[in-house]
Amino acid sequence: MPTKLIINCETGEQTEVELTAEEIAQREVDAKAYEADKKAKDAELVAQAEVKAAVLKRLGLTENEAKALLS
Amino acid sequence: MANTYTLIASSTVGSGGVSNIEFTSIPSTYTDLLIKMSLRSNRALAVDGIVMRFNGDTTSGNYTAKRIYGSGSGSPTSDSANNGLAIMNGNTATASVFANAEAYIPNYTGGNAKSVSADGVSENNATEAYAVLYSLLWSGTSAISSIKITSETADTILQYSTAYLYGISNS
Repeated sequence: MPTKLIINCETGEQTEVELTAEEIAQREVDAKAYEADKKAKDAELVAQAEVKAAVLKRLGLTENEAKALLS
Repeated sequence: MANTYTLIASSTVGSGGVSNIEFTSIPSTYTDLLIKMSLRSNRALAVDGIVMRFNGDTTSGNYTAKRIYGSGSGSPTSDSANNGLAIMNGNTATASVFANAEAYIPNYTGGNAKSVSADGVSENNATEAYAVLYSLLWSGTSAISSIKITSETADTILQYSTAYLYGISNS
């Protein structure tokens, strides 16, 4: 069973307690949201790279040549 | 200008690790808060993200974050951060090594939304190592009285991870 470490700042007491069913469910929701966000970002990066490669190909330039032009 | 740093509470994760580290009953007697963290999770990557939640508010729409980061290769990148706030080591980073991160929360008792700035570095004896700057806004308007620290992927925070909470006064 997953646990959490609680530190009471008033008393200094530290306790480790099991997560409630609600907290476990929230963790699953958060993890899924993270995965969905990451997939979207990864797809965006791939799309950007594809556009960049297509433009360079049309121009007949390598990536290093394009960097040299912009430096 | 901060002129006092007072350790409010500290924690070290014990055997078996934990899902969350939670500071509760945070006194409202300071001007700002500072959290220093040295964390490692069991995520099967070199790095993991830290997510922070205030006063039990788990609604992700109430948190907005941006970050800029470098990964050890390529150019630095900036993006939204899935409500993240700094980083911890994952479990494929160099064994027994923990990341460093800190988050600064000014005016945590104020009646407006709370801003947080944070920075973090993963520690890894390899090319893949991260340095990250974050900014986060929490829309809550009540004083921050509790802070939950967790992994963005819901992985376990491992033994010997530490978190220190400081109160800072400007007078």
